Amino acid sequence: MTKAASSPKPGTWDLKLYIAGYTPRAVKALENLKQLCEEHLHGAYSIEVVDLLRNPRLARGDQIVAVPTLVRKLPVPVRKIIGDLSNRERVLVGLDLRPR
Amino acid sequence: MTKQSKPVRRTPEIRPDKAGALKSLAKCPTGIRGLDDVTEGGLPRGRATLVSGGAGCGKTLLAMEFVVRGARDFGEPGVFMAFEETEAELASNVASLGFDLPSLIRRRKLAVDYVRIERSEIEETGEYDLEGLFVRLGSMIDEVHAKRVVLDTIESLFSSLPNEGILRAELRRLFRWLKDRGVTAVITAEQGREGQLTRYGLEEYVSDCVIVLDHRVNNQVATRRLRVVKYRGSKHGTNEYPTMIDEHGLNVLPITSLGLCHDVSARRVSTGVERLDTMMTGKGYWEGSSILVSGTAGAGKTSIATALVDGVCRRGERCLFFSFEESPDQIVRNMASIGFDLNRHVRSGCLQFHTVRPTLYGLENHLVTLHEIVDRWHPRAVVMDPITGLTSIGEPGEVKSMLMRVVDYLKSRNITTLFTSLTEGGAALEKTDISISSLMDTWLLLRMVESAGERNRILYVLKSRGMAHSNQMREFMLTDHGIKLTDVYVGRGEVYTGSARAIQESHDRADALAADQASQRRMREITHEQLALEAQVRTLQSRLAELRQEMTMAAKQEQERDAAARHDTRGLARVRKADSDRAQEEGSDT
Repeated sequence: MTKAASSPKPGTWDLKLYIAGYTPRAVKALENLKQLCEEHLHGAYSIEVVDLLRNPRLARGDQIVAVPTLVRKLPVPVRKIIGDLSNRERVLVGLDLRPR
Repeated sequence: MTKQSKPVRRTPEIRPDKAGALKSLAKCPTGIRGLDDVTEGGLPRGRATLVSGGAGCGKTLLAMEFVVRGARDFGEPGVFMAFEETEAELASNVASLGFDLPSLIRRRKLAVDYVRIERSEIEETGEYDLEGLFVRLGSMIDEVHAKRVVLDTIESLFSSLPNEGILRAELRRLFRWLKDRGVTAVITAEQGREGQLTRYGLEEYVSDCVIVLDHRVNNQVATRRLRVVKYRGSKHGTNEYPTMIDEHGLNVLPITSLGLCHDVSARRVSTGVERLDTMMTGKGYWEGSSILVSGTAGAGKTSIATALVDGVCRRGERCLFFSFEESPDQIVRNMASIGFDLNRHVRSGCLQFHTVRPTLYGLENHLVTLHEIVDRWHPRAVVMDPITGLTSIGEPGEVKSMLMRVVDYLKSRNITTLFTSLTEGGAALEKTDISISSLMDTWLLLRMVESAGERNRILYVLKSRGMAHSNQMREFMLTDHGIKLTDVYVGRGEVYTGSARAIQESHDRADALAADQASQRRMREITHEQLALEAQVRTLQSRLAELRQEMTMAAKQEQERDAAARHDTRGLARVRKADSDRAQEEGSDT
């Protein structure tokens, strides 16, 4: 938590945000995510945005049905958070940053 | 409508050539046996069909057959989106039906996707939509150029996604979207409680065609049924149709395979009774035909049926005997009394009895049982004895439609079928209870004739399609050595049977004898008279001869006497010295 490395290292958070085109909802989700990561992860994270309209096949691998979906690939276990991430408390719970 | 923008293959559309002319709904054949008959061509093309039913009804199977047969038999690739089973599970489930999913997928005829959402893994944090699902579906449709789509069972999303409001809105959008893509879709759903078609009210969104599958247990017997509840813009069968799952997949048994296009056989099957064969141009029934034997109680219907069974089994072919009234042992024993050894055929495996009270279960169960045994065992002939027993469990109309299915089904397999039907005492003989005679190719009528204090059996061929059958009545006798047919006594405008026939025949014999004797007597008399006359003639002739002889004798004596006299005269003359000249002359004359 104290480290502030920009490149992914062991112990950093690997996050994927699945969207279907840059809709207002997708943009809002991405903004919410960035803000939240800055506040709570202090740079120890990487965010990959997957646009399903460009790579539809990727939806199968992570079993994406709803968009936007945020997938926490690392640390394990994998977590999925759906929605535009506007409910910050629930996002934190979903990312295991707050006890359930 | 997307049909205009995307021309449909295979099913030709009827264009309205005049204003107001109805355009018939384009249909998408499922290839599932019977279902296309019930729906008169298949599911509505370019629309979604809801298939609803409880657990284990065959919803997934129906959906899978729809896409696989579409891809394999109709050249229409498909997409199968599964929400409950993985790709591997699906493939192994249908492998036994001969569906090779991996191969279809490799050849890009089919795309399968397993959608899994664990509710425990999901945290909901604001607004979202199901575009991910759309993208997945869309990419698969594009990938294989799918014409058919299955969503099995999309309702499971309700238990994995917390926000029902969003889900409903998205489902509505999904079905709209499917329609716009012009694919024919099958959506499966679990049946809800209290008569609801689906647990989550999907019928609200998918309403062009609704098919309900049912798997219910009545009297410990499970039957699958299928019903087309709704089919917008098309005629369809509205009944519940018995349905089976066999080694070829789902099989809906419609009233009749409307086509009436079974191949017919040129072979004949002996009736098992020599004289009866003779009545049917010497060869018996047509193979694969339907035969009705009707008659009053005790007229010998089962015996006629047994004769066929015996003949079929003797040739080493299989025969299935459906008995609704007697147990196998009873039939075997009774038929042994007229010389048929059925036990032998049972032991050799040629004969199988299926005996059950008609009331044990419903009509369609009997039908399904028949289908199952026939499909498994492949008999060459089937006997149902008697079909009249079925009327106790169904309306005559239902029984008729069931028998029509039986006849069609067995004919399509070229199986000779014999039904017996009991005619009630008072009813008209040429009328069957179930009025199925029109379904029958051959109709044998057995009649009891009462005369001279006894009842005798008469048999005649009322009809037999495709042969110049005899129009004669025969007396039908059950003997220790089987069935015997004899000519009835026809003469002097009367028909006699039984002992009346015997009496009449002996009368006739006596009459003939008497006539014969009379003529002989007359002959004898004439001969006598002739002989007598001849004797007389002989007597007279001998008398005549006698007379002639006497005459000759007399003449001779006269001569001798004359000669003597002349001699005497000459002597006298010499003595008297009379005229010597005259005396010499007279003497030289003699």
